[in-house]
Amino acid sequence: MSARILSPLVALASGLIFGLGLLISGMNDPAKVRAFLDVFAAWDPSLIAVMGSAIPVFAVFFYFGKRRKAPLCATTFHEPQLTRVDRRLLTGAVMFGIGWGLVGLCPGPALVNLLAFEPGVLIFVLALLAGNRIAHWIVGPAK
Amino acid sequence: MINELIPELIGGTLIGLAASLLWLGIGRISGMTGVLSSLFLWREQQRHWAFWFLAGLVLAYPLYKLLGYSAPQQLTSNNTLLMAAGLLVGFGTYIGNGCTSGHGVCGIGRLSLRSAIATVTFMVAGIATVAVMNLSGGVL
Repeated sequence: MSARILSPLVALASGLIFGLGLLISGMNDPAKVRAFLDVFAAWDPSLIAVMGSAIPVFAVFFYFGKRRKAPLCATTFHEPQLTRVDRRLLTGAVMFGIGWGLVGLCPGPALVNLLAFEPGVLIFVLALLAGNRIAHWIVGPAK
Repeated sequence: MINELIPELIGGTLIGLAASLLWLGIGRISGMTGVLSSLFLWREQQRHWAFWFLAGLVLAYPLYKLLGYSAPQQLTSNNTLLMAAGLLVGFGTYIGNGCTSGHGVCGIGRLSLRSAIATVTFMVAGIATVAVMNLSGGVL
């Protein structure tokens, strides 16, 4: 099969597996995420195991990939080029962290929960898209 | 103790494998912030993978239910809070170029110092937010 047919299938399968991972691990549950962030009171540290397993698995395959010239179904690797730690990065991370703590949703889990048809999830996702566009209009892409 | 963490470990491993598949398969980083931004750049051919990725991600829930599993979720019913949080997360992840997936999983996996610092920053901000909300005694 050609890369033109295979690459959309790779992206579809990756999204599906990513979503199942979020659901199985409990990352999709805002209450569990907020309990994970509740370090000073009713702390539930179990989500450390999600990051603790996802990161090393990806790290191994990432460095395995670095030894190749190109991905299997595309012509180039698109590794992020930004390395600077500036005010823009830190402001963004702080804003994201506050929003994350307020309700316990980050973008991935919110999108995974979309077809649960919870009105709250829909409100969050619409506001998420609005926030993304407002930042795009006011601030623009990072250089 | 480790037995209780089996769902988290299986889920985390699947997330790592999904990110690896996208990287080795088409050379893309599975960051949800980038995927979201790509929705508005649908005219660009090189962004089309994001639509397929998003389709897979969204279909995971009905598939999971179809397989007979349940995915409990408990979310606040305060719509003002949900709107404020969504705006903050959308704005913050755009200017910070990533969230839990792009900075947290892939960035740290790539040993990017920038991503590691971003991850520590949003974790600390999240922890502080929950602590302040607890102290406010339900006002927030």
